[in-house]
Amino acid sequence: MNNLTKQEVQELPEESKGFLASRVQRRSFLKYAGMSAVGIALVAAGCKKDKQIEGVYLGSGDIGILNYAYALEQLEAAFYIQVVTSFYSGASDDEKIFLTDIRDHEIAHREFFKNALGGSAIPSLEVDFSTIDFTSRASVLGTAMAFEDLGVTAYDGAGYLFKSADYLLLAGKIVSVEARHAALIRELLSTNTFLGAEVDSNSVNISRSPAEVLSAAGKYIKTKINAGDLPTA
Amino acid sequence: MNFVNILEEIEKVDGDVYERLSPRRKAMKNFFSMGSKVAIAALPLALGSMFKKAYGQAVPQNIIDVLQYALTLEHFEYRFYERGSMLAPIPVGADNAAIQIIRDSEGKHVNFLKSVISSVGATPVAEKVVYDFTAGGTFPTVFTDYATFLAVAQVLEDTGVRAYKGRAGELLGQKVFLTAALGIHAVEARHAAKIRSMRRMNGHAPLLKSYITGGNDSGVPAANGNYGGSTPEGNVVQAGITITGINGQTISANTATEAFDEALTAAEVLALVAPFGVS
Repeated sequence: MNNLTKQEVQELPEESKGFLASRVQRRSFLKYAGMSAVGIALVAAGCKKDKQIEGVYLGSGDIGILNYAYALEQLEAAFYIQVVTSFYSGASDDEKIFLTDIRDHEIAHREFFKNALGGSAIPSLEVDFSTIDFTSRASVLGTAMAFEDLGVTAYDGAGYLFKSADYLLLAGKIVSVEARHAALIRELLSTNTFLGAEVDSNSVNISRSPAEVLSAAGKYIKTKINAGDLPTA
Repeated sequence: MNFVNILEEIEKVDGDVYERLSPRRKAMKNFFSMGSKVAIAALPLALGSMFKKAYGQAVPQNIIDVLQYALTLEHFEYRFYERGSMLAPIPVGADNAAIQIIRDSEGKHVNFLKSVISSVGATPVAEKVVYDFTAGGTFPTVFTDYATFLAVAQVLEDTGVRAYKGRAGELLGQKVFLTAALGIHAVEARHAAKIRSMRRMNGHAPLLKSYITGGNDSGVPAANGNYGGSTPEGNVVQAGITITGINGQTISANTATEAFDEALTAAEVLALVAPFGVS
């Protein structure tokens, strides 16, 4: 977990720490792990079985990664749509302009993935924003920052999983815009935090695996997501 | 749930877990977890060991070429901010601090890339003895006029983002190299957004936003090429899908351009930075 910011880790209630955790409780997971290689094989098999049980299935290979991105863009778009529908009190003119722009960018991303995926696209996800206070500037911008930073780490962390250079390029076209959003929102909250703790000691943006990202995003997505067949190498 | 974390947990009960899984995995795990644990001085050694384990032997030349290209550009960016922070009339306070943060960030990219290139057995490209920050006289006041300095900074950052994007495909499937390159790419985008935000806030470009609107929105006519290219920033069609008004949504052409950044090829970038003495 050393790549996650402390704040985000703390925000996550134990029961939402990921679709893997919900299947294989931590203690029993480690018990399996104690059985070394055999145990790992069992756990891996257990993960795969999930897809037959329940949840929106992202798929495998490049399609799986694209659906993963589509899921995140759905989440972001839904968030900003709600933000713009009724701005928090005291929103400045610039804040309204930027948040409206970002809403439209996320909608564009969402619809792009939907069309690009065609028949392979996952359905619309149901979101859960009950933990967000949309009347509070701190809550809205804090959540926006978390979503944007998470989005950057998600695209960066999944890039190497693509088999198609065309898809990788498309992800690259989007991730830099997410990074621009992240920096913009961060600057609204606090001057000169555009990099913040999102970079490592080499000033390289941190990245996260799909499992880490879905775990962090899990509390905002009511629909169960099955990422069991996403590529891992 | 972090895979590295999982492995660490397993390692407590099964010290040989890495070898059981794959002899390469421990190298990967070490690489990704060393960030805060290993001093910068030890990086080249750690990286070299990591790459040797991961590849068994030499890293392909085309990957080294991409790293050298990145270093070539980072050398120049670092010097731009290093000289700029000394010479340009940057207001003391938040603006000055911002430029120093970006300068230091570029400096870290330089050192990181040099370390990686050295660790794979290649010689990092040297920086130029002299750069022409006026780009052959196009920006004569780059270090004497703050507005010009920021405008040039914006163009350079946006170009840097496009440069990394343009070569990502050559690192396809390369977990270590591609992830690092994408990580720098995102940081360049954060720099670009900050510079743009500064230009807006201090009134140099009051309508400018942190993302690229329409095309060359820098107010610098000489930078048309930096926002042009074979796929210009004004592009509104992605993978054959028109983004403007997509699926009945009210997405304007400007929004469509903002939502997607575009790449530049290496040849395009090198031609654009040549007037600065970068090669």
